[in-house]
Amino acid sequence: MKNYILRRILQVVPVLIGISILIFAVMKMIPGDVISGILGVEATPELRAQLAAKYGLDRPYLVQYLDWIGGVLHGDFGESIRTSAPILPEILSRFKVTAELTILAAFISWIIAIPLGVLAAVKRNTLADRFVRVFALLGVSVPNFALSILLILVLSLAFSYFPPLGYVGFLEDPLRNLQIMILPAAILGVTISGSVMRMTRSSVLEVLRQDFIKTVRAKGASERVAIFRHALRNALIPIITLIGMQIGSLLGGAVIVEQIFSLPGLGQMTLTGINQRDYPVVQGCVLFIAFIYVLVNLLTDLLYAYIDPRISYD
Amino acid sequence: MKKLLQTLRELWRDPMGRISLIGILLIILMAIFAPQLSHFKPDKMVGMPKASLSAQFWFGTDNYGRDIFSRIVYGARVSLQVGLIAVGIGATAGYVLGLIAGYFEGWVDRVIMCLMDILFAFPSILLAILISTVLGRGLVPTMVAIGIVNIPVFARTVRASVISAKGLEYVENARSVGVKTWPILIRHISPNVVAPFTVQATLALSSAILTEASMSFLGLGIQPPASSWGSMLNEARTFMEQAPWMAIFPALFIIITILLFNIMGDSLRDVLDPKLKL
Repeated sequence: MKNYILRRILQVVPVLIGISILIFAVMKMIPGDVISGILGVEATPELRAQLAAKYGLDRPYLVQYLDWIGGVLHGDFGESIRTSAPILPEILSRFKVTAELTILAAFISWIIAIPLGVLAAVKRNTLADRFVRVFALLGVSVPNFALSILLILVLSLAFSYFPPLGYVGFLEDPLRNLQIMILPAAILGVTISGSVMRMTRSSVLEVLRQDFIKTVRAKGASERVAIFRHALRNALIPIITLIGMQIGSLLGGAVIVEQIFSLPGLGQMTLTGINQRDYPVVQGCVLFIAFIYVLVNLLTDLLYAYIDPRISYD
Repeated sequence: MKKLLQTLRELWRDPMGRISLIGILLIILMAIFAPQLSHFKPDKMVGMPKASLSAQFWFGTDNYGRDIFSRIVYGARVSLQVGLIAVGIGATAGYVLGLIAGYFEGWVDRVIMCLMDILFAFPSILLAILISTVLGRGLVPTMVAIGIVNIPVFARTVRASVISAKGLEYVENARSVGVKTWPILIRHISPNVVAPFTVQATLALSSAILTEASMSFLGLGIQPPASSWGSMLNEARTFMEQAPWMAIFPALFIIITILLFNIMGDSLRDVLDPKLKL
């Protein structure tokens, strides 16, 4: 097991390095240089050179990359071109919002999806199964932004309810925070619940066909015991892998939902950075999000290997 | 061709498959005959701003007095164009890379799959946005950005099929009688890849249409005055109370189109790969 953990961690290292190189290269390929973005095209060559030297942009790309990644490893993501504020503290404070949104959304999706997925599997080919499958199909097909807009429309026109504006941290005022977060988190949760529902259904069906369930039934155990104590426990293992995959949809979805509901999260920070051409900010945010994605996937893999003894560590 | 017709026939036999085929065909026809179907030019002011639904303006008008029905009809062109070309780019590049990685294995496989893992390590919308910062905004950059995002999923699908097909007896036989690498790849291994590849392509179409709509909704994809369902929905946000139809129709068309492609992907999977049917 130790070897497996070490090997998985070592496999992640080249991916993390590759991600950082890709992001750095993309930022360097953006048409129009940063200096003109700050000073305008009319700036004198002296001023341009001064600013280039300040941000280290006059050095070779390799040196710039190593300098940037060295800073990142020491917790220094550089500073914003627009505000001159250090980027990492801002990323960390915004990540709290994104993390809360994604965790809440994941939780909501499991509450909806796992019971319905089990129901569909147990009542296979009945009306309940069909209902769940249609719901799951809608879940994977309705984009979060379309659902957000339609829900806001219905709530405002039919119930005169408007999503509260102005973010308040959970520790400051938990109730107000939940009031603000519940609608975006529910929308994000519902839109990813479709895939969890499908996975749960097929996973439970798979387990219900296996011999040990027949044995449990033959021994006279009730259907409830067979399903909940034996089948579900085994069926949940593959669902865990879905958590890793979900993180991608959740973080991507957060970029959009944060924008719609004016939540000051990482997604909103990235989009603002792009619109303001504040490339160090974009570079830092995208790197942070990609790292989180890779790390959650790694943890999911390790958790999966830990829970399922059939996984080979060779 | 014979196989395609047979697949379509089997798809037609499945009620859900039939619904998706008819629905997608209608959307394709809508896109092809957009000039004939729409009463007005999609980017011209033809009525009062935010006019409600009427015999003249079936879906009402937007804040610039443009006919929403015409914009929806032309928007179908954008969605399908982006979907098809982006998936074309992703599928072609992914197919070649997956075939090479799966067949040759060793360091070639490791390098290709590491590159794919790197692309896979970004939430897809974020990667598409990142690439479009380099390529710029508009139709072509959006297609290319979404195409690149789609490469890893095709490469993985094809690689997995190639690896399992490589061990088949007839492939080993072909190799033992001296058939060269490329003929083996194209004539003997490729047919095994067709089924998962087709299913993946259909599902990728729906996700490409979704990504385009999301990017345009964020103002980073198709740029006004071109009509994209995503950008129409974005424009509608400010006027939701006065003109809810501005939001309802683009949202419905996005949902219906993605739903139809997903249903088709599911039905195709049942037809082409019955092992996966539960």
